[in-house]
Amino acid sequence: MKFTKDHEWVRLEGDVVTVGITSHAAEALGDVVFVEVPEAGRQVVAGDSFAVVESVKAASDVYAPVTGEVVEGNGELNGAPETVNADPQGAGWFAKIKVPDTAQLDGLMDQAAYDEYLKTL
Amino acid sequence: MSDEPLKTTPLNANHRRRGARMVGFGGYDMPVQYEGVLAEHRWTREHAGLFDVSHMGQCKITGADAIAQFERFVPGDYAILKEGRQKYSLLLNETGGIIDDLMAGKPDHDGLFVVVNAGNKDEDFAFWSANLSGDAKLKILDDRALIAIQGPEAAEVMAAHEPLLAEMGFMDSARLMLFGVDCYVSRSGYTGEDGYEISVPADQADRIWDAILEDARVKPIGLGARDSLRLEAGLPLHGHDIDPNTSPVEGALTFALSKSRKERGDFNGAERVLKELADGPSRVRVGLIVKEGAPAREGAEIADVDGNVIGKVTSGGPSPTLGRNIAMGYVPPVFSELGTDLQVIVRGKAAPAEVVAMPFVAQRYYRKPKA
Repeated sequence: MKFTKDHEWVRLEGDVVTVGITSHAAEALGDVVFVEVPEAGRQVVAGDSFAVVESVKAASDVYAPVTGEVVEGNGELNGAPETVNADPQGAGWFAKIKVPDTAQLDGLMDQAAYDEYLKTL
Repeated sequence: MSDEPLKTTPLNANHRRRGARMVGFGGYDMPVQYEGVLAEHRWTREHAGLFDVSHMGQCKITGADAIAQFERFVPGDYAILKEGRQKYSLLLNETGGIIDDLMAGKPDHDGLFVVVNAGNKDEDFAFWSANLSGDAKLKILDDRALIAIQGPEAAEVMAAHEPLLAEMGFMDSARLMLFGVDCYVSRSGYTGEDGYEISVPADQADRIWDAILEDARVKPIGLGARDSLRLEAGLPLHGHDIDPNTSPVEGALTFALSKSRKERGDFNGAERVLKELADGPSRVRVGLIVKEGAPAREGAEIADVDGNVIGKVTSGGPSPTLGRNIAMGYVPPVFSELGTDLQVIVRGKAAPAEVVAMPFVAQRYYRKPKA
């Protein structure tokens, strides 16, 4: 699993990455009440907003950590947005994105680097 | 937003000690949540929540001309208000726009005790300083904190501290000794629940806050839940749902216009207000249930069923009590009938909505049985 400074995580399997928000992000958001995930077929560009997560207080954009094509959005979150709080780095994933180029993950942080990054916030 | 450092309330260190997450609001560093907005919202609806609202402005307006001068800029009849009562009102500009909404009461025989919004207090106080004439005097009570306790168990909790509080009815106002110090207490609040707002000397706030929280029925509640609670109660938030361009008629706040004052038409902005009462306003604040999809928040467009944009949402979000997304916003009166089908547009997507009555969640104020 690798991490972005925007508090998303990615896990690469073959040429598909599963993407979600980190435990830190889920904790900071508070109670998640609504999630909008991208539909299959959508092209996303790293750094662009590709999903929305809403707490009682506010809506927050989720930024695509990689460039590629969405192969699946996590439809389970529509009926159970609280999964993002309960299991942010597991069942609370947002989307699976097929990446043409796995080298783009090289610039992301590993767990140790992300933990260090959190200490600087 | 200014770059000025945030001000703090006398309870700031207490909030931090209790693990609150702090944010800037109305120029103050305030607790937005403790354990979580949903849990705090539900706790207040089921038990009792304690809110630090010391960022709000407190003042007294006193002197022989206090009532007459105060009434020049508000549409409520304060001359007939009995000692021991308070009344919600609106500070109006010359064109009938709402400079601020406020609570003003007569807790004792010495003029009015007034509570105004945090973000407007400097402006309000400057307005009164400049405009109150004759013998009326403004005294800003910046040496006081304000603590609200709200929820169905609030009355029992407070009766254990002072049995006299149980005798108060909704919108009663009193000055009394509480926790051994001089307090102003009103039976009112901003959640739709029964409860009290208690003005205490700033240097006693920490002790009183802790004393109230010793009761296991009470938990501290942040501004996040305060906002979702007031939204469910249909109560407008100044600067969002009402502002200096909004009239009391547009804001669906005509209950704040006293009959005698409408007849006399002797308040700031009366010309516009009376005209809108007679001819109808161009837009009016309504409640909406969003039937599908994402919450519609401030700024979301409201459209008719054909997709024509007719207004905007001024606040909205999920209702923890109803489990549905609710909103308030402005539409032309022709679309304001209860049951009217409309749409809200969130991130480019239209979702069906319906005009519903406010409050969204029934208010549970304590009305004293008639003697």
